Amino acid sequence: MIWNEKFETMPREEMRKWQGEKLREMVERVYYNVPFYRKKLQEINIQPEDIEGIDDLARLPFTSKTDLRDNYPYGLFAVPMSEIIRIHASSGTTGKPTVVGYTRRDIALWSEVVARILTSAGVERDDYIHVAYGYGLFTGGLGIHYGSEKVGATVIPISAGNTKKQLQLMEDLGSTVLACTPSYALYLAETIEELNIDRNRLKLRVGIFGAEPWSDSMRKKVEERLNIKAIDIYGLSEIIGPGVASECEYQDGLHINEDHFIPEIIDPETLEVLPPGERGELVFTTVTKEGLPLLRYRTGDLSRLVYEKCRCGRTLVRMEKCLGRSDDMLIIRGVNVFPSQIESVLLEMGETEPHYRLIVDRENNLDVLEVQVEVGDQFFSDEIRKLEQLTNKIRKNIESTLGIGVKVKLVEPKTFERCEGKTTRVIDRRKLD
Amino acid sequence: MIIKQLSVFLENKAGRLTELTGILGNAGINMTALSIADTSEFGIIRVVVSDPEKALQILKEHNFSVNLTDVVCLMTENQPGALARALELLSAERISIEYMYAFSIGERAFIIMKTEDINRTIELLRKNNIELLKADELYNM
Ligand SMILES: [Zn+2]
Repeated sequence: MIWNEKFETMPREEMRKWQGEKLREMVERVYYNVPFYRKKLQEINIQPEDIEGIDDLARLPFTSKTDLRDNYPYGLFAVPMSEIIRIHASSGTTGKPTVVGYTRRDIALWSEVVARILTSAGVERDDYIHVAYGYGLFTGGLGIHYGSEKVGATVIPISAGNTKKQLQLMEDLGSTVLACTPSYALYLAETIEELNIDRNRLKLRVGIFGAEPWSDSMRKKVEERLNIKAIDIYGLSEIIGPGVASECEYQDGLHINEDHFIPEIIDPETLEVLPPGERGELVFTTVTKEGLPLLRYRTGDLSRLVYEKCRCGRTLVRMEKCLGRSDDMLIIRGVNVFPSQIESVLLEMGETEPHYRLIVDRENNLDVLEVQVEVGDQFFSDEIRKLEQLTNKIRKNIESTLGIGVKVKLVEPKTFERCEGKTTRVIDRRKLD
Repeated sequence: MIIKQLSVFLENKAGRLTELTGILGNAGINMTALSIADTSEFGIIRVVVSDPEKALQILKEHNFSVNLTDVVCLMTENQPGALARALELLSAERISIEYMYAFSIGERAFIIMKTEDINRTIELLRKNNIELLKADELYNM
């Protein structure tokens, strides 16, 4: 099923024409309504009427997360506050949160794009959607909520927390769709096993997982343990929240709703646009949003774009599953390390729990990475020798994946907090000095 | 003859062992024998208790990584050479010992051991008239 045939299967030339028109309208709006953008555009001598088509996008200035912070809270809004009907915010790891605002039309647009991603995941009006994303300033809960209502499915706005009660309600109410972060999905699976709940009493068939990077091997694990199809969705509050992109049933890249959010891939160093298919930093321009339109917003996420038509019939460009946000990327002794790479190694080995934490420190001017891994009952041997062998095996596998030396430490189960929001997997002590 | 021994994974951090013994104590579970094997990073507590299944359940509830391991308990005279004889038998049959620990009460010495093949071990020791403690005897000692 396709929610919006017109846009989701639009021929490429037509899409480019649409994007060009919308881009011109957007540049006009930000030029006259957002002093920050007017100044930037004037600096490079661009007037709104200079925008003739989508090819002019590459001439426009970038926007960074820092720009949002510098203009905290409402500085980049393009409409008077009386037009804003909703605020969301994402918690920053450092300093102030990023505040985003939506007009009534933005909320309608958001519902539309979430309805599209739900439909591409196979959700229909007969479904019961268990929304275990947090409700509140975080866009996850309310974003999925409005889109589900738009589809006409039955929304169960359970929000986050109280896992046992969640499972009880999931069974009683007959939830068929689970929407949450992948790490919470895994935690639910563990709890089901711990409580010996008969999986057949649950009607779950599909999961809509996003808000944190996760690997394909983690997907396999979640699919096996929950016996569902796990769909990866992508979104960030600066762009709109969930609804920016999502996989279809073929799980082969995430279709971007590019009639609203135009993607580009740039080289993060030179800032040059890279040719299709090359991997680089993902950048979005929100051409239709009213409240907070952003020109060439640098997401920090690394991905690549695939323009070939998908088997599902959609022509919307696909982005490769993100390895991780660059915020998550660690540079250790000059090597880029993503936590998801370590997760993949652990899941592929299957000899520990896939729960880990990375501790980065600096000893004698040298970066050291310690990987702490939880030992599960099923894997725990009571022989020191075997545990040491396991530690060495994990270390060797991680080292061959990352290309740098690491230290591996086994820790007791449930050492790392499981939470419904984003899980803290990295402690970087180098920044504390 | 097979004894169910609890094996618990512990990180080397202060207070964890105290916590473990406290939990068992509060549950009315008695410890008969205990040994600790450790490296600089972690330790393994091996303990024989009055009610292994119950202890396993309770420790799991408290988020310990724990499982039950099959071991045997030999009983010998508390005098030089008694243990050596048992070990020679195992060595002659090429049954390797993973680990062992011992305690003595008066005239008697008790040796708890895990070998690579617990059934063959039991068979061999019995055939050679080495006394093995029954599980219940050890649990309730
Ligand atoms: Zn598709």
